[in-house]
Amino acid sequence: MREASRDKWKAFLTLLPSMILIGVFVYGFIGNTIWTSMTDWGGVGSLALVPEKNFVGLENYIDLFTGFLGSGFRQDLVNAVYYSVMLLAGAVGLGMFIAILLDQKPKGEDVLRTIFLYPMSLSFIVSGTIWRWLLAPQGGVNVLPKYFGFDPLNFKWLSSQSAVLVFNWQDILRILVSFAAFILILTGVYMLRKDQSKAIKRWLVPGIALGAFVWLFGDIIPSALFMEEEHGFNLATLGIIIATIWQYSGYTMALYLAGFNGISQDLRDAAMLDGASQAGYYRHVAIPMLKPITISAVIILSHISLKMFDLIFAMTGPDNAATGHPALTMYLTTFRANDFAKGAAIAIVLFLIAAMFIVPYLIGQYRQRGRR
Amino acid sequence: MKKVFAKMLIVFAAALLIGAPQAAQASDLKGDLEIFSWWAGDEGPALAALIDIYKKQNPGVNVINATVTGGSGVNAKAVLKTRMLGGEPPDSFQVHAGQELIGTWVKADRMEDLTPLFKEQGWLDVFPEGLIKLIGTENGIWSVPVNIHRSNVMWYVPANLKKWGIEAPKTWDDFFAAAEKLKAQGIVPLALAQNWTANHLWESVALASMGPDNWDALWAGSLSFDSPEVVKAWELFGKVLQYTNSDASSLSWQQATDMVLDGRAAFNIMGDWAAGYMTTTKKLMPGKGYGWVPSPGTSGEFMFLADSFGLPKGAPHRDNALAWLKVLGSREGSDTFNPLKGSISARKDSDLSKYNDYLKSAAKDWAGDRVVGSLAHGVAANETFMGGFASIMEMFLKSKNPQAASKACAQLAKKAGI
Repeated sequence: MREASRDKWKAFLTLLPSMILIGVFVYGFIGNTIWTSMTDWGGVGSLALVPEKNFVGLENYIDLFTGFLGSGFRQDLVNAVYYSVMLLAGAVGLGMFIAILLDQKPKGEDVLRTIFLYPMSLSFIVSGTIWRWLLAPQGGVNVLPKYFGFDPLNFKWLSSQSAVLVFNWQDILRILVSFAAFILILTGVYMLRKDQSKAIKRWLVPGIALGAFVWLFGDIIPSALFMEEEHGFNLATLGIIIATIWQYSGYTMALYLAGFNGISQDLRDAAMLDGASQAGYYRHVAIPMLKPITISAVIILSHISLKMFDLIFAMTGPDNAATGHPALTMYLTTFRANDFAKGAAIAIVLFLIAAMFIVPYLIGQYRQRGRR
Repeated sequence: MKKVFAKMLIVFAAALLIGAPQAAQASDLKGDLEIFSWWAGDEGPALAALIDIYKKQNPGVNVINATVTGGSGVNAKAVLKTRMLGGEPPDSFQVHAGQELIGTWVKADRMEDLTPLFKEQGWLDVFPEGLIKLIGTENGIWSVPVNIHRSNVMWYVPANLKKWGIEAPKTWDDFFAAAEKLKAQGIVPLALAQNWTANHLWESVALASMGPDNWDALWAGSLSFDSPEVVKAWELFGKVLQYTNSDASSLSWQQATDMVLDGRAAFNIMGDWAAGYMTTTKKLMPGKGYGWVPSPGTSGEFMFLADSFGLPKGAPHRDNALAWLKVLGSREGSDTFNPLKGSISARKDSDLSKYNDYLKSAAKDWAGDRVVGSLAHGVAANETFMGGFASIMEMFLKSKNPQAASKACAQLAKKAGI
């Protein structure tokens, strides 16, 4: 017993320095940022050695989501959502596709693997500059068809002002509630097979009720703004999404390829013996087995998409509403407009969105470990 | 080995002998001098010429030229802030004269008062009184202006205009008439670049729309931003935008100027550093290779901005920095720098023979025109307003809603204390 408790002490003392450092430099600073985001630190005199700060509560957040001056931030937030979704679909899909092709062991597999992985090694600034040239209005991709005898394209990859999937920010609460109802119903339908009564009680009924409520009495839910403000998926972000997918599909490919190689040949042979086709093998055996890899790829990629800064900065510069991103706005608000409090508030919003991805994942992991 | 050593000694002695008379004139300042600016690329040679003068006067000082690229200082200012907040100020930094300096650094009590230097050098008499008012407050004078730029200038290529059968417009209505003709010929009427040049265009359009008195009243806080005058300015601006190139946000200001020089666009509204670019980099003759008029509706008005250098409190090499400021304010420094940079001297006694035709005309206008301060370049408003205005501009470029833009400006002005 004494031996064991001494070991515990030793372990604790060894970990103590890193615990203190992380406590101060990670959680301390997060706490400080939260505090800053609730003050009015900004404007004239904000850069003094001892600036004046007053507590204002959640005013900065309310401003960001419903204030007049927050409209740029809201556009950026919408951009970030579309950007994340497209990046995830593109990088995971394309990476998986390449991995499946390479898993067939074609000739020169090693060389191909290196080629596909190579873009990962570039910094975002470098790849951003390359793609900026490639997507320039009168160059690169747009003149490509000329070499095959067609007319050059004139798509404005990085400077287009048009948007699709436009919605009105006034309706954001209504949209969020309908979205929640949709998720509830979807989960309910999915659970129906496993536990019928639970699925209906917990998911389907609340989901349908919520959906019906928005449908019938949506007007009760207040508008977020007093005037119309439209946001959507800007076509100018397409170029940036392509560049990021180009850079990151090699990474997901490497993850999947390692996973595929880890599946034993016996299992594959067994599946084939049972009459599985190639597609069937991947659809029903290999890809489900790699679920942990998919989850970690999704989490890593969504984090990358949340902190995207350098690529966008290199491709479209700091001021371009169509391709703006919250991380970029955070930097500009803080260091250009000297609005430290609002910059901190944007940082916290990003922090919470990141937590939305990572906390459920961590909880899932701990539960699994507990079960073991 | 000994021979080599002896040879080196001789060379060293000779160098000392030759160097001695110069060393006697020069100061005995030592150490480093870090100059922080955003003058890279085409504006680099002008800064280099100033540094040359400084090095001649102070051979013992090692000059560190810390430039951060980016038009109008968009990137440099952010880098400067992190350095100042981190307690690592450069010895002297470039800043736009006016509210950008005063509203940011002077109000935060981070700058040294330069009044003693101004008195010692007799600068109070050589700089125009109005300018000194703009770079000072009741507590002191905060920076040494090195140049005066004009922001409301419209550039064109005379030969091209003749070819297309139009004339340089005097008012925006003239411009719209000419623009229709140009559009029919497949020419972009007005070349525009990324966001900050839209701010730059806005101030010229707004000045034309509301007139200099209202413009001044706006920044003094006596005209509100949601008044009909401002809404009208935004409306006119929206109309002007219809005649600009749609790939603007992916171009630098030089590329927009190039569009005019290449004949892809007819006009460009840019500050007169564009003249420096066309003269120094593109080797064009002012008046022949390129022409200019005040931007439509603003003749007789000189919208100005000035670059200046200040002395931050706690500068690591204060004496070296003071010597640098002396070079900047001197007649020699000013008249070396400005012809290369494409700006006019802030001093009243500058030697006009060193300047080209464009700059001579600008100097004449500076003396006679109604002078107003630029918004996009830091004279009129502080950084809180400027930073917020950039995002309002972003949203306007997308939504083209004059009412919303004016209302947002009004809210921003309240926040920025205007």
